[in-house]
Amino acid sequence: MFSDSDLLPLSALQHFIYCPRQCALIHLEQQWKENRFTAEGRAQHDRVDRPEHETRDGIRYEYATLLRSLKLGLIGKADVIEFHADKVYPVEHKRGRPKPTHCDWVQLCAQALCLEEMLDVEIPEGAIFYGQPRRRQPVEFTPELRSETVQTAKALHALMVSGKTPPAVYEKKKCDACSLYEICMPQAHRPVASYLANALSQS
Amino acid sequence: MKKHLNTLYVTTQNAYLHKEGQSVVVNVEKEARLRIPVHTLDGIVCFGAVSMSPFLMHHCAENHVAVSFLSEYGKFLARIQGPVSGNVLLRREQYRVADIPERAADIARHILIGKIANARAVLRRAMRDHGDNRELKTAECRTTQYLRRLESPMLIEELRGNEGEAAASYFSAFPQLVTVKSEAFQFSGRNRRPPTDPVNAMLSFAYTLLVHDCRSALEGVGLDPCVGFLHSDRPGRPSLALDLMEEFRAFLADRVVLSLINRRQIQAKDFNDSAGGAVTMSDSARRTLLGAWQKRKQEEITHPYLEEKCKIGLLPHLQAQLLVRYLRGDLEAYPPFIWR
Repeated sequence: MFSDSDLLPLSALQHFIYCPRQCALIHLEQQWKENRFTAEGRAQHDRVDRPEHETRDGIRYEYATLLRSLKLGLIGKADVIEFHADKVYPVEHKRGRPKPTHCDWVQLCAQALCLEEMLDVEIPEGAIFYGQPRRRQPVEFTPELRSETVQTAKALHALMVSGKTPPAVYEKKKCDACSLYEICMPQAHRPVASYLANALSQS
Repeated sequence: MKKHLNTLYVTTQNAYLHKEGQSVVVNVEKEARLRIPVHTLDGIVCFGAVSMSPFLMHHCAENHVAVSFLSEYGKFLARIQGPVSGNVLLRREQYRVADIPERAADIARHILIGKIANARAVLRRAMRDHGDNRELKTAECRTTQYLRRLESPMLIEELRGNEGEAAASYFSAFPQLVTVKSEAFQFSGRNRRPPTDPVNAMLSFAYTLLVHDCRSALEGVGLDPCVGFLHSDRPGRPSLALDLMEEFRAFLADRVVLSLINRRQIQAKDFNDSAGGAVTMSDSARRTLLGAWQKRKQEEITHPYLEEKCKIGLLPHLQAQLLVRYLRGDLEAYPPFIWR
């Protein structure tokens, strides 16, 4: 069990899965730079990120609900939680299209685990609403996904406790799309000794 | 690359800066003279009797706009500091490294390699442009010797001694870099507090601008500008900013000053003598220098280590980032900026 002061943001799970170094730069070193993608993401989020609720067709929609899990050591917000007569159903909004990695699923699953802990219910499924195309994709919280989520939360906490930013590993596709490229400098690892020798030998 | 933004220099006396919406408004005699969106700025430097509303201070602090107050003549008075950015763990690492003599000396040594190599490059350029005379040649040879010595590790005291000697030979050739034959611009060595001739007055002013830029670059990446490696700790002294600026003194500050003199953009009449022997720049001379400074910062260069194009104004920021990468353990040593 984690204490209140050791909780980490739920969104860090996603960063961790994308790239542990990106995660460390944002959450350990508190470096953050907005690029077009993050700005658009935020703009879309701002639309759903309003602390209120409404009821339509017998379903109560809660927006921007605070979430917490002392078991996972996470704190965050759920974009939308639908309270149906017979089930609780979290829905996360994402700007882009479904990603090749599990990171959105893990984030949603973590929300579900928080809700299960907070409400003492079972949540078998949720959904991710992707902006491109405007479509909702159901996600089943299988034992495998739950276990991956728990493991990721553990690894995230280990990273934050270590206080060490992992070294950069350049992967073109990932790095070129990363908003922290300039801060990370993943391609700058020329040996300094040869740089100096080279720079000084030229006259 | 990080977008290089502008620094707003306010020299008009009794100007008042305040916030309107997302913009900085500069009022002079209750009349708005300038309106500029905060997000296009990365610094504001106020000279002399210039004041600022607390709301603008807060807005600047939140948006990482460095604000400094200098005297009318460019002496540092105070600055606004917002919430400390970056990472406490990184700053702790900075302090730890500063406390290990060998590691601190290693960073200091690399900074000095950059400093002396860049001073040598300025001398070499002058030799190319105006022919090599004996003074230039001697100084160039000596700086090469000092650079050679820096190839192997040294104690911090030895480094400081070496730096002093290298600076002395560079400045001994400095008069050769001034091509204008005017009594006013004779240079007989570096002096400050106060500067007693026009060249020193300009150099001091340019170094003040450089400290401001280096300091905000360090704060921007989350380092503590007061804990240095070459310069020892002294209350109120921005030692790391002074360390970082060593690489840029000759390349940026000295060259701006020299080109203003050599192109006769600044003349003898632009200076005032005070009774105590101190020489100060006139209001218009300061404006000319600020304009040239700003222009130089907008010029593009290929970063020698990163091999990427960037504006000159971004160099302190990039070097600060490289220092972070070294402290974090990503690089095996700190790569200084070496102008080619």
